[in-house]
Amino acid sequence: MATDTRGLIAPPAVRVRDLHRSFSESGGVLNGLDLDIAPGEFVALIGRSGTGKSTLLRALAGLDRDVAGYGEIEVPESVSVVFQDSRLLPWRRILDNVVLGVRGPDAAARGQQALSEVGLPGRERSWPFQLSGGEQQRVSLARSLVREPQLLLADEPFGALDALTRIRMHALLRKLCEAHKPAVLLVTHDVDEAVALSDRVIVLDAGVVRADVQVAGRSPVELRSFLLEELEIR
Amino acid sequence: MTITETRPRTATPDVRVVRRRLGPGRRIPYAFWVGPILLLAVWSAGSATGLISPAILTAPWDVVVAFGEQWTDHDLLGNILSSLQRAALGLGFGVATGGVLAVVSGLSRLGESLIDGPIQVKRSVPTLALIPLFIAWFGIGQEMKVVTIALISMVPIYVHTHNGLRGIDGKYAELAETLDIGRGEFVRHVVLPGALPGFLLGMRFAVTSSLLGLVVVEQYNATAGIGHMITLAEQYGQTDVIVVGLVIYGVFGYCADSAVRLVGRRVLAWRRTLED
Repeated sequence: MATDTRGLIAPPAVRVRDLHRSFSESGGVLNGLDLDIAPGEFVALIGRSGTGKSTLLRALAGLDRDVAGYGEIEVPESVSVVFQDSRLLPWRRILDNVVLGVRGPDAAARGQQALSEVGLPGRERSWPFQLSGGEQQRVSLARSLVREPQLLLADEPFGALDALTRIRMHALLRKLCEAHKPAVLLVTHDVDEAVALSDRVIVLDAGVVRADVQVAGRSPVELRSFLLEELEIR
Repeated sequence: MTITETRPRTATPDVRVVRRRLGPGRRIPYAFWVGPILLLAVWSAGSATGLISPAILTAPWDVVVAFGEQWTDHDLLGNILSSLQRAALGLGFGVATGGVLAVVSGLSRLGESLIDGPIQVKRSVPTLALIPLFIAWFGIGQEMKVVTIALISMVPIYVHTHNGLRGIDGKYAELAETLDIGRGEFVRHVVLPGALPGFLLGMRFAVTSSLLGLVVVEQYNATAGIGHMITLAEQYGQTDVIVVGLVIYGVFGYCADSAVRLVGRRVLAWRRTLED
């Protein structure tokens, strides 16, 4: 739990209690999950396939209206989602994609600022198909950041990128998160990515939190092997 | 300081592996004109050699003469303008109605249940068979003609726009939901641009069907128009004038279709397809 300068406990940005979600009668995907994320905290969520990572993320994003279940979810006013695919509208130019739905006279200026932040100044007038996969994903990061979200939900955002581009995107995401300080929930299948980026790693198994570890103060090597064990890979 | 040139200036070899092209390849300049000009050449050759007798099809040069006569003596320009006005009015109403109905029925389940069924029923009733009914409702004046053309051109616009709209990838709607945009913005930024390729295809059909409707409605009590001119020529057995009318219809249709395709290439610049 994060504490502010006066030592008081800040209310969490995300609060989930006893969350249940199921796609069929037989078994739940999420089975009574509890989760708190402090404001500005970077949490990585790992787990094997089918353990409910994406289901949890979609529940927090409010994208699971057709999924059966119950439980309590509190999220901030401003939530932004980064998907695995960049999900740029192919028929809108880059800048129009970034500022889609942003109101106010300075929307274009803010969009340009966000594009410079992700290292794509001057590409405002390009079409999405003219950009590489990594560049498109950077645009989608800019689209999220221009909204100044209090919570950033990212569903394997670098899964489709090559290893080299992924490392550069990690550095970019860390820099952006330090500058904008949103609470982050990053869903990933990559243990190294989780360790490199986050303040806290959560391992999900059978729809509940199996392990919840702080990254600070632990050696990456030790943490990595602990997490792999939790994932039952070793 | 000397600059060493690593590449010899002359005879630079360019060795590359080139795959066999499976798409249509690069554009041919003036491709637009090749087909029609070839057709005209075949027609001219046939008439000049006597293979096509004037009783079957008037020679191109005789059509030109008939065109001149119609222009100077029978107000051909007036006929053309009057036909164009009818087609444009009908097409305008038809496109507007078809487009709006497609968006309403595409975006709302209630709209779909109210609109889609009747349109499918309308599709299977030939509009030309409705003309007697329209004459009873609207008389034999301009209204009947414009309504008929509007109905004919509305159907392809509706069908193709609706199809294009429903074909938009659902992930864009999901994205729009996470961006907290309103329905209006969703329609403007996602629905309309996404349905545009379908709409333009519908437009190509609508333009030619509006001309088709023109031919039929102008046989009823028209005092001007290309259809009227053809009906008169039919009564007097003037094949050359009929061919003038047909050529004019053909040119209208071809130009309108090319215009739609040209607009399509411009507004769909965001796509990379075999077209480019």
